[in-house]
Amino acid sequence: MKAPERYYDFQKDISGCGVFGVIDTKRGLIPGQVPIDGMACMHDRGNGLGGGFAAYGIYPEHADKYALHLMCDHQQALTSARELILKYFEVEHDEPIPTRQTPVISNPPLVWRYFATPRADCPADCQGLPEEDFVVALVMKINTTVPGAFVFSSGKNMGAFKGVGYPEDIADFFRVDEYFAYLWTAHNRFPTNTPGWWGGAHPFTLLDWSIVHNGEISSYGINRRWLCENDYLCTMMTDTEVVAYELDLLVRKHGLSRRMASKVFAPPFWDEIERMPDKERNLYTALRMTYGSGMLNGPFAILVGNKDGLWGLNDRIKLRPLLVAEQGDKVFMSSEESAVRTVCPQLDRVWMPKAGEPVIVDLEA
Amino acid sequence: MPQFPNILCEVLTVLFQPINKNYHEFIIERDKDRCINCQVCVRQCSYEAHYWDDNRQKVMHDNSKCIGCHRCEALCPTAALTIRRTPSEFRPNANWRPVFLQNIYKQADTGGVLLAGMGSPVDIPVYWDRLLLDASQVTNPSIDPLREPMELRTYLGTKPDRLKLLENGQEPPSLQTEIAPQIKLDTPIMFAAMSFGAINFNLHRAMARAATELKTAYNTGEGGLHRSLFKYGKHTIVQVASGRFGVHRDYLNAGCGIEIKIGQGAKPGIGGHLPGEKINDKVSETRMIPIGSDAISPAPHHDIYSIEDLLQLIFALKEASEYRVPVSVKIAAVHNVAAIASGVVRAGADIITVDGMRGGTGAAPAMIRDNVGIPIELALAAVDQRLRDEGIRHKASVVAAGGIRCAADVVKAIALGADAVYIGTATLLAVGCTLCGRCYTGKCPWGIATNDPRLSKRQNPDVASRKLVNLVNAWSHEIQEMLGGMGLNSIESLRGNRDKLRGIGLSDTELDILGVKHAGR
Repeated sequence: MKAPERYYDFQKDISGCGVFGVIDTKRGLIPGQVPIDGMACMHDRGNGLGGGFAAYGIYPEHADKYALHLMCDHQQALTSARELILKYFEVEHDEPIPTRQTPVISNPPLVWRYFATPRADCPADCQGLPEEDFVVALVMKINTTVPGAFVFSSGKNMGAFKGVGYPEDIADFFRVDEYFAYLWTAHNRFPTNTPGWWGGAHPFTLLDWSIVHNGEISSYGINRRWLCENDYLCTMMTDTEVVAYELDLLVRKHGLSRRMASKVFAPPFWDEIERMPDKERNLYTALRMTYGSGMLNGPFAILVGNKDGLWGLNDRIKLRPLLVAEQGDKVFMSSEESAVRTVCPQLDRVWMPKAGEPVIVDLEA
Repeated sequence: MPQFPNILCEVLTVLFQPINKNYHEFIIERDKDRCINCQVCVRQCSYEAHYWDDNRQKVMHDNSKCIGCHRCEALCPTAALTIRRTPSEFRPNANWRPVFLQNIYKQADTGGVLLAGMGSPVDIPVYWDRLLLDASQVTNPSIDPLREPMELRTYLGTKPDRLKLLENGQEPPSLQTEIAPQIKLDTPIMFAAMSFGAINFNLHRAMARAATELKTAYNTGEGGLHRSLFKYGKHTIVQVASGRFGVHRDYLNAGCGIEIKIGQGAKPGIGGHLPGEKINDKVSETRMIPIGSDAISPAPHHDIYSIEDLLQLIFALKEASEYRVPVSVKIAAVHNVAAIASGVVRAGADIITVDGMRGGTGAAPAMIRDNVGIPIELALAAVDQRLRDEGIRHKASVVAAGGIRCAADVVKAIALGADAVYIGTATLLAVGCTLCGRCYTGKCPWGIATNDPRLSKRQNPDVASRKLVNLVNAWSHEIQEMLGGMGLNSIESLRGNRDKLRGIGLSDTELDILGVKHAGR
């Protein structure tokens, strides 16, 4: 798409962070207290301006419905967003997201959740869109056109819980300890230049993708221009948004595997490529030529959750920490080993994935 | 014995000169104590500013003939010579500046078009100097290129929209998309098109060798390619211009790319003229024209009167080279350059070269050189943004040319959106050019823009090639340092990454065209 006027004039969000993820490959349910304790252990990796969790398998009774988590600054926003949702969606059930009053979380937004599917008789602008594009379009519509309203999670049988505060306080507020999930991602944030905004906390989600990220993408400037060419408008000014849209483009639209998408994000060096056998060399040369503008350059450790499993990735010279640990059917990924040891002292295997080498843990079918 | 100031000695030689002789630009200062009358300066000066005065039995000089090339100064064995701007000045006038007066005197004498050599010296804004680069502090680490890989590898050519991979569990997945031919560069700096004829064979050989050693490319310019240089073809872009000099099947298949030259930044809208005196036997056989005949390139290609004609030429050249090499189209940076570039890409160009108005030339009418076109920075920014807005940026690589002076300019060009740059003037400076700007006379005292064997032998291809390699290596190291400082370790993450640039002292409009924020924001 044509870049909007003054698209270059943005203030990027800069932050350091802590990340934590855990998956049970046999879909055994892990209590919310596990990621909460993990994050609490890495308290110092954040500064109280953002914390959050994404949980998979928490809505089995509505598993085939899109779970829209909505946060609103005021009642008016909640009403307007509701009108829009009802126009476009068949809502099976909706309710306030359960919260508890805590002394440290001040002035939280109103939070609500809808379990819904797209309406066949929706307004013309979304008519005929494939279901997932429909959901993405509506989320964008609410986030950009309804003042004060923000959809912070929109996948099936999963949900994000996030806000301004330390992760353990956010967990307390959203009663995360009461959920049980087979896959968790969690985030602790240390922004340096933005006042806290609830919607800007992580995990960043799109459909059933949830992304937590520790890093600073120095290639952000070209990544967002490349995304704009591909019809994604970056509005949040966070690296994580770029990661999410690139994933959507590469995996959902271009059909690359998560492994190959990892190689777009953190490609092998040219001198490694030169040493590869012909077939591989041609593949990686083509990949770098074609998707060079999508490469994530700079320090990062990313955890991505979706319906298939958990996926961890480091930048190609490993400038941010990322550790993987296994215990039985469970796999942990974390910025620090201490966080994993806190929740699971006995581990079968612990390792630091190599720079740029993705670790993809799939759920068993 | 009293010491007379040099200027008094000068006076002795100036007798009733017409005004245009009096207001020459330079004076030659000869230190009489040092001068040993060895006549090196007499032999070195191709403009005959120095001469042997038989009556006085000593070396004398005529300041009015000095073009300020500094050759004599450099070669004087006793360091007796200093070339200075003449201290005599026209009466100050902010409107009628000296250049206008001198030009009018000249034209009143000759009735001719004012000729000029090298890039425009006029005071149009240099945006490179108004752009500042970023560096990492705390929140992300800068990367040390001495310890970590720092990649400058660049491929020029059309890229696919997306890759199709067959991934049925096998490793690695098999690539289903066919990749169009590319020019592989180990550093995004190429030697710009300077034709054999305009510069001599020694320098063509030096560029060919240097490009090969550096694993980058040089451009033949429009004068064809001497057969003895075909062996450097993997690093040679062969140019096809409106004169079609030296264009034949073997030539089109000799290089790693073909470039159609539509325009040149220094002289948009006009052709070229290589005077017959420069056409010696070697130039003649390469250009396929008779010895001593003028080589005239028409202003337009006479088979391109519109964009659809360009499409036909692009594909004619692709057919002739059996689709083995990418085809580039070079255009001058003019007012509608973005729209033109979009048309050129849609016409099938794999690479588009945009040449800015400060680009060099062997000869151009001064009025054209100094008044036509726009600076490369603005043109490049506009072209890159337009191609992205239209979703066709990946269909062609963008090469920026015309006014790249140092490694930082290269970095800024790439951040604005260029895939690579051409350096022309810098190439010549590296082998000793002093920008005296008289390339069109064929008398280049540094042996560059001349085919006079007495002068051209002043360029030793071994030495020249070494200097070119040194220059590009030095710049590449500097680019790596700047990249690492920004926390990047690969050039593709800089390409089009305007977030790494800030403007300083620029208006909102300029910032908007460049697509950068002002410093401090």
